[in-house]
Amino acid sequence: MKLRVLQFAVLAVLILLWHVFTKPGLLPNFYFEADNRAAFFFGEPAKVFWVIIDWFTSFEIFQHLGVTLLETVLGFVIGAVAGLAVGLWLALSDTASAVTEPYIKGLNSMPRVVLAPIFAVWFGLGIWSKVALGVTLVFFVVFFNVYQGVREVSPTLLANARMLGASRGQLLRSIYLPSAMSWVFASLHNAVGLAFVGAVVGEYLGSSQGVGYLILQAEGTFDINTVFAGIIVLTGFALVLDALVTLVEQRLMTWQPRASETEKV
Amino acid sequence: MATAAPALALDDITCRFAARDGGGAYTAVANATLRVGVGEFVSVVGPTGCGKSTLLNVAAGLLEPSSGAVAVFGEPLRASSGVNRRAGYMFQADALMPWRTGLDNVVAGLEFRGVPRSKAAAEGEEWLRRVGLAGFGDRYPHQMSGGMRKRLALAQTLILSPDILLMDEPFSALDVQTRQLMENELLALWAEDKKSVLFITHDLEEAIALSDRVVVLSAGPGTRPIGDFRIDLPRPRDVSEIRMTPAFLALHKEIWAAMKEEVLKAYQRQKAA
Repeated sequence: MKLRVLQFAVLAVLILLWHVFTKPGLLPNFYFEADNRAAFFFGEPAKVFWVIIDWFTSFEIFQHLGVTLLETVLGFVIGAVAGLAVGLWLALSDTASAVTEPYIKGLNSMPRVVLAPIFAVWFGLGIWSKVALGVTLVFFVVFFNVYQGVREVSPTLLANARMLGASRGQLLRSIYLPSAMSWVFASLHNAVGLAFVGAVVGEYLGSSQGVGYLILQAEGTFDINTVFAGIIVLTGFALVLDALVTLVEQRLMTWQPRASETEKV
Repeated sequence: MATAAPALALDDITCRFAARDGGGAYTAVANATLRVGVGEFVSVVGPTGCGKSTLLNVAAGLLEPSSGAVAVFGEPLRASSGVNRRAGYMFQADALMPWRTGLDNVVAGLEFRGVPRSKAAAEGEEWLRRVGLAGFGDRYPHQMSGGMRKRLALAQTLILSPDILLMDEPFSALDVQTRQLMENELLALWAEDKKSVLFITHDLEEAIALSDRVVVLSAGPGTRPIGDFRIDLPRPRDVSEIRMTPAFLALHKEIWAAMKEEVLKAYQRQKAA
């Protein structure tokens, strides 16, 4: 509780500083030659606040936010499932992993954001070009974690399951998958963030709706307050998505030991 | 043993492992022959690192020997076509699935065999009770002590009622008191339906207290049995009491005399390495 108060105090101080330094005429000029220059470059918190309020009260934001979130969730789900499937396949097949290794490495080290214009050509300016970008970003994070997770399954655990009569499919379901899941969840926070990046960058490069589109529009008219409002709304929802992942993680990973766990008698 | 075929017969087994760092190939086991009769409790003792576990993995069908043959109740076993389906294996290291509760771990084998969930759960509860873990079925392995985890592993193996029980130093990680309790429990469970047991240990006292027969292995590399001793102590036994009897001490002295040289050899070799 005390921690929460302190956290909000930090936020309040930051907003206050922002306000004091950008409000025209409040402080004497010490860097810019004109009064309203600071506000032009950095926006004003009060105005940013009203932009956000206006977005939500006029319901204008919901359509854009909905599109961005849909792109994020689709990119995340498709990328994570594909990463899981390919990761399992390559980790369990030595030949396939040896053959594809240089390609995987190459694709991973490529700056994949440059694919965005190509995706726009392939999939058009609708949501799918953004989803595709998100998928390429999410896929590799999940893929590498699944691959690692399967490769590091305890040999004793495997031998034990085989002695208990597990078939190949049962080994996959009872040993490889749960073992890989703990690695996957470690990467999901990262992956959600990347899916968001994919969606917003995609919108930014060409779209007709979405929060990235709103930001792009505002930049075109030097409306810096709206740009900041867009960034803040995006940040807020990124935090919400992250919290959702944490929630799912806690539900699914109850078996993991936590530090110094005791029970109330 | 009246029946013709022993429960487990390892015939002239040799296991060579390809060298990892440029040296020559390592021969862990050389020309080892070992038999476990039906209903017999056989312990294998030997110095550390002499390839006891290798021998057990061969018997389990987890490892294909370089040469030699394995027969289970007279039928040849080939590791390439699957593990030994008539054997249960209790590992030295923790082999429980950490993401399954105690009950789910115990019934894993039944689940793999397609036994309906309700029937498996009922059997699982019964086995939890038999190993003294009634009421702990909903705990995860990390919430249990080392002794409880071993008992869970025992239930997990025995619920399938294997004809042969392979045990690889199952109690070596436990403290002395817990260990003697577990040894007594094992003997009680074994007495119920006389399975054939191949028990690996480096502890001679444990081997004598539990077994019908103790086989001594030579120091590695190229391990093979060098001594075979019949233990004719009366049953049922209590492992902590039987250690004090003169008969036990005489056997201990006799087998230790055979083992001592090999233990020293293994020690010298490890010191030199």
